[in-house]
Amino acid sequence: MSRLNSKLLSILKKYSILFILIGLILVISILSGGVFLRITNLLNVLRQISVIGIISLGVTMVIITAGIDLSSGAIVAIVSVVVASLLQSPTAADRLFKGGQPWPVLPILIIGLLIGALGGLINGGLIAKFKIPPFVATLGMMTFARGWAFIYSEGRPRGSLIPQFEIIGQGSLFGIPNPAWILLICVLITHVILKHTLWGRYTYALGSNIQAAIVSGINTNRYILLVYTYAGFLSAVASIVLTARIGSGQPGLGMSYELDAIAASVIGGTSLSGGIGSAGGALIGALIIGVMKNGLDILNVSADFQQVMRAIIIVVAVIIDVRKNIKRS
Amino acid sequence: MNQYVLEMIGIHKHFPGVHALKGVDLRVKPGTVHGVMGENGAGKSTLMKVAIGLYKADAGTIRFKGEEVSFNSIHEALQKGISMIHQELSPLPYMTVAQNIFLGREILNRFGLIDHKAIDREAGKILEELQIPISPSRIMGELSVAQMQLVEIAEAVSRNAELVIMDEPTSALTEKEVDHLFEIIRNLKNRGVAVVYISHKMDEIFKITDEVSVYRDGELIDCRKTSDLTRELLIKMMVGRSIDQFFQKSKAKIGEIILEVEGLSRRGVFRDVSFTLRRGEILGFAGLVGAGRTEVMETLFGIYPKDKGTIRIKGKKVDIHSPYDAIRNGMAFLTEDRKRSGLYLNLSVRDNIAIASLKEHLKGFLINHSKIHSICEQAVQTLSIKTPNLEQQVMFLSGGNQQKVLVSRWLATSPEILILDEPTRGIDVGAKAEIYKLMSTLAQEGKAIILVSSEMPEILAMSDRIVVMHEGVKIGELTREEATPEKILHMATGETLATFQEAR
Ligand SMILES: Nc1ncnc2c1ncn2[C@@H]1O[C@H](COP(=O)(O)OP(=O)(O)OP(=O)(O)O)[C@@H](O)[C@H]1O
Ligand SMILES: [Mg+2]
Repeated sequence: MSRLNSKLLSILKKYSILFILIGLILVISILSGGVFLRITNLLNVLRQISVIGIISLGVTMVIITAGIDLSSGAIVAIVSVVVASLLQSPTAADRLFKGGQPWPVLPILIIGLLIGALGGLINGGLIAKFKIPPFVATLGMMTFARGWAFIYSEGRPRGSLIPQFEIIGQGSLFGIPNPAWILLICVLITHVILKHTLWGRYTYALGSNIQAAIVSGINTNRYILLVYTYAGFLSAVASIVLTARIGSGQPGLGMSYELDAIAASVIGGTSLSGGIGSAGGALIGALIIGVMKNGLDILNVSADFQQVMRAIIIVVAVIIDVRKNIKRS
Repeated sequence: MNQYVLEMIGIHKHFPGVHALKGVDLRVKPGTVHGVMGENGAGKSTLMKVAIGLYKADAGTIRFKGEEVSFNSIHEALQKGISMIHQELSPLPYMTVAQNIFLGREILNRFGLIDHKAIDREAGKILEELQIPISPSRIMGELSVAQMQLVEIAEAVSRNAELVIMDEPTSALTEKEVDHLFEIIRNLKNRGVAVVYISHKMDEIFKITDEVSVYRDGELIDCRKTSDLTRELLIKMMVGRSIDQFFQKSKAKIGEIILEVEGLSRRGVFRDVSFTLRRGEILGFAGLVGAGRTEVMETLFGIYPKDKGTIRIKGKKVDIHSPYDAIRNGMAFLTEDRKRSGLYLNLSVRDNIAIASLKEHLKGFLINHSKIHSICEQAVQTLSIKTPNLEQQVMFLSGGNQQKVLVSRWLATSPEILILDEPTRGIDVGAKAEIYKLMSTLAQEGKAIILVSSEMPEILAMSDRIVVMHEGVKIGELTREEATPEKILHMATGETLATFQEAR
């Protein structure tokens, strides 16, 4: 009997986060009298969570290495203003670069992605080569990138983007918003990286015990570098999605997104002490945050109170996580 | 006067997926040394953790000095008079030896602040009294595993407990330190203190214990007077069958030189160490704790940089700057400190076994999971690793089973040069025999093996040649035929073979 109990308990534990999401959806659906479950609203939720979801995938990998990334929001901002400035239509009043047609969209996207990856690469380099604690290194990158975003854009939003670009954030395919598709692709790619490649398995290993990872013949520096670069890259992806959705590049964009992403990741079961986490978990974490935010909006809960609620949810999630991972006897 | 100091009756303990204790008993008389034996995962450590209140029993009674108890914390157990040396050492690495010894019972000065001087002084006294040559002001994390073990012994013994539980206290110690520990235990016994002594080493059990309880699969098999037991009987009780050949050393063809180490030095640690290793050979490394054997291997494997010396593999000079380089050159290294540099505690058994050999099992960019799965299943079979499944986090395995996981990890890399540093630490007799057999087979296949071990019988039985080290220097080399325990011990204390023979 007690064996059955313990088995049930371990299943409950393993999927506890999924049950929390389902419970949350049920509660909000009932409280909102079904408004939450309307298709338009559900699509809205998907659109809302895409950006944080994409960022939290990279952040999850970083946390699996027992690191942290505080620079995601700032990287969103710098990528946003650079990409937007290059994509303003020739008639835009606030155009940063006067004259001529903008370049085709694709090379500009690549530039944006490279900027994000470069930011991550610098993070990784500082951490792996110069042994700067991740918290400090990425805090530095956060203010550095945010500063450049303001300098570059002269402190102003850059709007009137060409429509071919805005489709990325505003269009949809088979009725599902494009941002959600992009999120889905990112989840799949990250899942494959984590579960099916050397890079992924080594990421878990070095986060779990770096000394053992070195002895196992893992080039830990290389993989730390790679993980932070990937996180920067995903922040850039998120930035492009967001910039296209709101139709302008803003230096103040993505403020405190890094915290939401970390929260999503931790709610999704990533352990801050390293070695544990998954792409699916990060997605569910982002969904929980998104569903809650949307639900509270529908229920007309004030933004201030929402903040308080979110804090409680995060702490509860971390308590669950810690209890799950108690290792010392 | 009670007949028993500790009495545990019908203890049950469940973990998710494991029924670790199935109603077991343990009765310890005052002033005796009570041996506890059993295969890896039999439930020995769990039973002890239940005794001191680290785990709660699901059912059963515990009596200490006749009084029924159920401790809620180690602290409570300590205050009642039970102290324990844990199998998994858990020192605070950034604190000093003295601070570790006095953890939880710090000496305060008259302002209520911690009196560091007094702690240092008292710790120094304790260590001196026990004749443990470690300075109380050293940082714990810098000590070797053996030294940490000595510090933990000092800590447990100095608590003036009436019952001291020792869970594999000698797994990292050499014979000399073990003898020393036995002296300490005899002193305790004379003072009427009871000792529960868990070990996989037969010699120790016969030397020091008065009674032995044997467990298997969470059940008590029997409790007997040590004087009524024989080695064979004990093994049979533990394993459920007899093992006909314990040290299996088959004749292997000694081939060409595969590894040549010349003048290897690391400042302040060891100097000018040279040796060769041939295919099919098992080269033993003997010495006392702190002789520098582990450090030589760590340097050879690229974990630490060398200051001087050359390494040749298959006649070619190689540069090894990291374990990555070493592995690429066909080496594997089972490290001695399984927690610090071996295990990924919160990863699965599967990950722990596969991590070093993943590279060999790729399909394009992707890992061939089914191949990995069958390799891990095979490993679990071969060494009979006790785990509910491959997904179990390795932290939940018993100490010996964790060690088996690490052995499997390195065997899975199919290395040409296998360095084993205390490979059988904490491993039960059955699995030990299995590992010796594996070593022999590997040697026959033309692999070369370096065996660093503090277990004399193991080194003598398995090695073709034995290098003896003392304080960072290679004292000499003995062939299998020349080697005797006396010779090795003498050389290990710094005498050369020549002076030893002269003295004869
Ligand atoms: N915290 C835990 N969670 C789950 N299972 C556990 C836990 N602790 C121990 N076990 C399991 O209980 C069984 C008994 O473990 P225990 O550590 O008592 O063995 P042991 O006899 O001390 O073995 P060894 O000789 O290897 O030290 C093992 O199968 C082990 O995997
Ligand atoms: Mg044990």
